Amino acid sequence: MNNGNGNGHAPSVAPEIGTVVYRRPAALSPAYTHYCPGCTHGIIHRLIAEAIDELGIRERALLVTPVGCSVLMYNYFELDAVEAAHGRAPAMATGLKRSQPDKVVFTYQGDGDLASIGAAEIIHAANRGENITVFFINNAVYGMTSGQMAPTTLLGQVTTSTPHGRDAHMHGYPMRAAELIAGLPGACYVVRRSVYDVRTVRQARKAVITAFKTQMAGLGFSMVEFLSSCPTNWRLSPSDALAWIRDNMEPYFPLGDYKVADAVHKLSG
Amino acid sequence: MVKGMVVIDVDRCKGCGLCIAVCPQGILHMSTDQFNARGYRPVELHDPAQKCTGCTLCALMCPDVALKVYRSDPRRVQV
Amino acid sequence: MAMALWKGNEAIAEAAVRAGIEAFFGYPITPQTELLEYMSERLPELGRVFLQAESELAAINMVYGAGCGGAHAMTSSSSPGISLMTEGMSYIFASEVPAVVVDVMRGGPGLGNIQPSQSDYFQLTRAAGHGDLHPIVLAPSTVQEAVDLMYDAVPLAQEYRTLVILAADGSLGQMMEPAWMPPMRSLPAESERPTWATRGAAGRPKRIITSLYLNEDDLEALNIRLQAKLRTIQESEQRWEEVETADADVLLVAFGSVGRICGTVVREARARGFKVGLYRPITLWPFPTPRLRELAGQMRQILVTEMNAGQMLDDVRLAVEGRCPIGFYGRTGGVIPFPDEILEALVDLVDAPEAAPARVSGEAP
Repeated sequence: MNNGNGNGHAPSVAPEIGTVVYRRPAALSPAYTHYCPGCTHGIIHRLIAEAIDELGIRERALLVTPVGCSVLMYNYFELDAVEAAHGRAPAMATGLKRSQPDKVVFTYQGDGDLASIGAAEIIHAANRGENITVFFINNAVYGMTSGQMAPTTLLGQVTTSTPHGRDAHMHGYPMRAAELIAGLPGACYVVRRSVYDVRTVRQARKAVITAFKTQMAGLGFSMVEFLSSCPTNWRLSPSDALAWIRDNMEPYFPLGDYKVADAVHKLSG
Repeated sequence: MVKGMVVIDVDRCKGCGLCIAVCPQGILHMSTDQFNARGYRPVELHDPAQKCTGCTLCALMCPDVALKVYRSDPRRVQV
Repeated sequence: MAMALWKGNEAIAEAAVRAGIEAFFGYPITPQTELLEYMSERLPELGRVFLQAESELAAINMVYGAGCGGAHAMTSSSSPGISLMTEGMSYIFASEVPAVVVDVMRGGPGLGNIQPSQSDYFQLTRAAGHGDLHPIVLAPSTVQEAVDLMYDAVPLAQEYRTLVILAADGSLGQMMEPAWMPPMRSLPAESERPTWATRGAAGRPKRIITSLYLNEDDLEALNIRLQAKLRTIQESEQRWEEVETADADVLLVAFGSVGRICGTVVREARARGFKVGLYRPITLWPFPTPRLRELAGQMRQILVTEMNAGQMLDDVRLAVEGRCPIGFYGRTGGVIPFPDEILEALVDLVDAPEAAPARVSGEAP
């Protein structure tokens, strides 16, 4: 049964149809998001909220939001949140975590925020082994500002600031953030996942939980990089955009575990 | 066969189609004659043969948490 | 506590600790690095937070983060580092997060040198960040005054939920002078933390701290509220010192270390028969305009003197509003003026009956 009449009411259902096996996580607010149809921000937000619910940390979680499409993320989570300047989220998170070490502090950053203007902040937060969690949303383009080259844009990829395709000689090479950060001794759990199909979504969800558990155990810096889509700026349908991640991004940005400290291995789940 | 049902919050749906692509039973379809209050074509459940098992794969892929999934035999844990 | 000999930078640090600072994030830069080094020892000793950040850009954002959570946080830097911090300071001001910043000014512009200057006046009072904003700017002239103003800076920031900048210069930061330290304030208990602070939404609705207001009506409303706050600060927080102004007909206006040097100038000028007084603003913002305007009515000339090419000069002109001629004597490049050169400029000014020229080191009048 569905409500196809477009009148905007959440349908009421008779209780005899069964038990709810999937509903909106409590950490996610009921607000409608402003994201484009099929944008993977929505999936990743959901996974983070599910993890927060599962771990029971909503009331002590602190979110640092970036500049990018997810700048208004604080409207979509039921958590205390602060808005960082572009790229500075790891520094704000450092200030919050060092002064409130009992809270679970996490940032959520796009490829411009983390790998371009914020490159110094993320490297040093990881290098210091800051006990924070970073979610890095890599979609190979600057979404909010309508499609310019990002540090992670692929060679040959056409963007509004690389109209003839990214050229290594002129624009350098796509930056592999997970590998870079994993090389720092202070980094404790650094992995790359994606959300382009059911299998990868399930793996991503587990990584989010492990990252939070890393922080909760006081083990050090954790980061999950998600290969994500931008249907609008890639000029693809949402489903085609997911396929594009798998076919074009994954070969250059392999999914996997880049740094898993022994202590993290020992964490359950 | 476990019976399931998906309830769609029509105004949350942006018609992205990710759930349609992933449904193993092929019972989700883009509406062709409806728009929701935000101007999107929402997804619709057409399940006359009651093929839905409540597998939650649609909800797993939905970026907008527009899908609430019910199962009449909740033995399996939520994904 | 007994009087002790203190290096300016270290005295400011200790005063900050006693004032209630719980977190310091900074970056080395001459001539303020001793403040950071002192904090690296003192704050962990008290179980508080110290971190040397990777840059001034990072440091101010760490202050911002900690401040969002209600912690009393501060940073310190010098002119080039302050330029880097202007982004963060704008965000801090707009979000109404209390914060304290110390600027130990050095010669500029650009990389400049490490000698003292006062050439960040415009930056601190007018351009501490983009947008309509003014921090409270406090300018000490002695180590003791730096201690006292820092002790006030922390509660001022909390009371007004605003940015407070202590504007020192390299000589003040480096010199050693006797000073008394104020008593150690206790830190707030959890229940005393502000009701806007992000400390985890336990048993209450979530709190968001942001400076983003996409709707123009909302942003205008924010600005109206911030401007009203600034007007309250202007009415209530002006500070200045007057020396021998009662019978004066020539007025020196100077701040910080130059204000201190002018104490000597007043004495020497008076010895030569000039009826000179000194007006020393202590708050550069809010600039103590009303009293200066009043004093200008009794003056034949005003001489503004600073270690820059004429910055406070503009505020003096605005205050005086043409009531009397204003001359200027400045040194740039990190050069500290001697009392006798200021006196000479004063004498030239008094001797010239017409509107006096502004003279910056080496320029022909």
